[in-house]
Amino acid sequence: MAEIEFILNHQKIVSETDPSLRLLDYLRNTLAMSGTKEGCGEGECGACSVLLDGKVVNSCMVPMANVAGHEVTTIEGFRETKRYKILEQAFVQCGAVQCGFCTPGMIIASESLLRQNPHPSESEIREALSGNLCRCTGYNMIVDAVKKASEDGDGLW
Amino acid sequence: MVKQVIPETLKEALKLMQQEDYILVSGGTDLMVQNYSESGIVPDFKRPVMYLANLEELKQLKVEKDEIIIGAEVTLETIRQSSIIPDILKEIISEMASPGIRNLGTLSGNIGNASPAGDSLVGLYLLDAIVELESMTGKRLIPIEDYITGPRKTVRHSDEMIVAVRIPTREPECHHYRKVGPRRANAISKLSFGGVFSHENSMIIDVRMAFGAMAPVVIRDKSFEKSLIGLSKAGIKAKKKAIIDHYRMLLAPIDDQRSTAVYRKKTALALLAEFIDLITD
Repeated sequence: MAEIEFILNHQKIVSETDPSLRLLDYLRNTLAMSGTKEGCGEGECGACSVLLDGKVVNSCMVPMANVAGHEVTTIEGFRETKRYKILEQAFVQCGAVQCGFCTPGMIIASESLLRQNPHPSESEIREALSGNLCRCTGYNMIVDAVKKASEDGDGLW
Repeated sequence: MVKQVIPETLKEALKLMQQEDYILVSGGTDLMVQNYSESGIVPDFKRPVMYLANLEELKQLKVEKDEIIIGAEVTLETIRQSSIIPDILKEIISEMASPGIRNLGTLSGNIGNASPAGDSLVGLYLLDAIVELESMTGKRLIPIEDYITGPRKTVRHSDEMIVAVRIPTREPECHHYRKVGPRRANAISKLSFGGVFSHENSMIIDVRMAFGAMAPVVIRDKSFEKSLIGLSKAGIKAKKKAIIDHYRMLLAPIDDQRSTAVYRKKTALALLAEFIDLITD
């Protein structure tokens, strides 16, 4: 066990935990924050995406030891922002959500992209979402939604 | 449960490594999956574990004299976005994994893992990368081709840590890289090919070729490359068949879950032919 201190959704967390515990398990089991999903558990699907210091990462691959001293944002924290609202509306309007399982990860990956590149091209969007699988939409509606969010939210990113 | 440590300084880490043989975890993108046990259960590490991702001393990325120094804990995405990194290495990293993994994974991890299909290794062989090891007793600088001795086998001693990768700043003029995998993102290569060259007045002054996942280690033949230096474009064109035949002898792929030996060899030689055409174009 080790004492791990980090910031989660703007709140300081100090936790006595096994340093090898996956960030994903810590979020879902220890904190009962189930917005972050577990799909494959091996970095293939992106359902477990969270922001680590503002950049998308697969939380199924992050041991708690590596989180120490960093800032983690999950979908629960990100949903409180204006940028989330823009992305949410765009996803709804473009039909980018069907079963919804991949959606938190898609939103997090989109936020990570727009932070670095507020006006991405279609190919840049596809590249940024390439680690997130969706078995319902066929992706085109999700790509459209991110494009729309970047236009509707012009100036927010 | 195994012992786990999170050192705060490099020195503390190296001291601990004198006493015990640790599994060294950087981004965790390989090791957290290789040792995965079950959802909600901690990974099943068989030996003591040391976490290195937060060692600030290993996050430098800079040019020193005529070398680019990439600290062991610099992430792949940071390397990819850096202006000091050679284009071929950027291109290779762009085709590795996905943004979420590139924000965690490191070059040192790819080297330490020493998988025959490690994509960055092809670029590191082509660029004559040097692996910098450090222990309490000193440093060792080892060329990448001497560092990796077989699948998951390296010359690292248990008290040594990869602290940096060094790449000569002298960058070849042209490069070509092709990765063959089942899809663009998150695919482990069936095979890969990289080549670089420079010419002067249509005479070849530098040419290098490397193949990934075609043998237990990356294949690059420096002495054969030397024999091509000084040739004109027409001279290379005339030797095309001989070059392909040479590498046909060297490549020794296997059948595994990702591909077959026959497919790998045929495709790798086709990519080599494409590269030769590019040189002689």
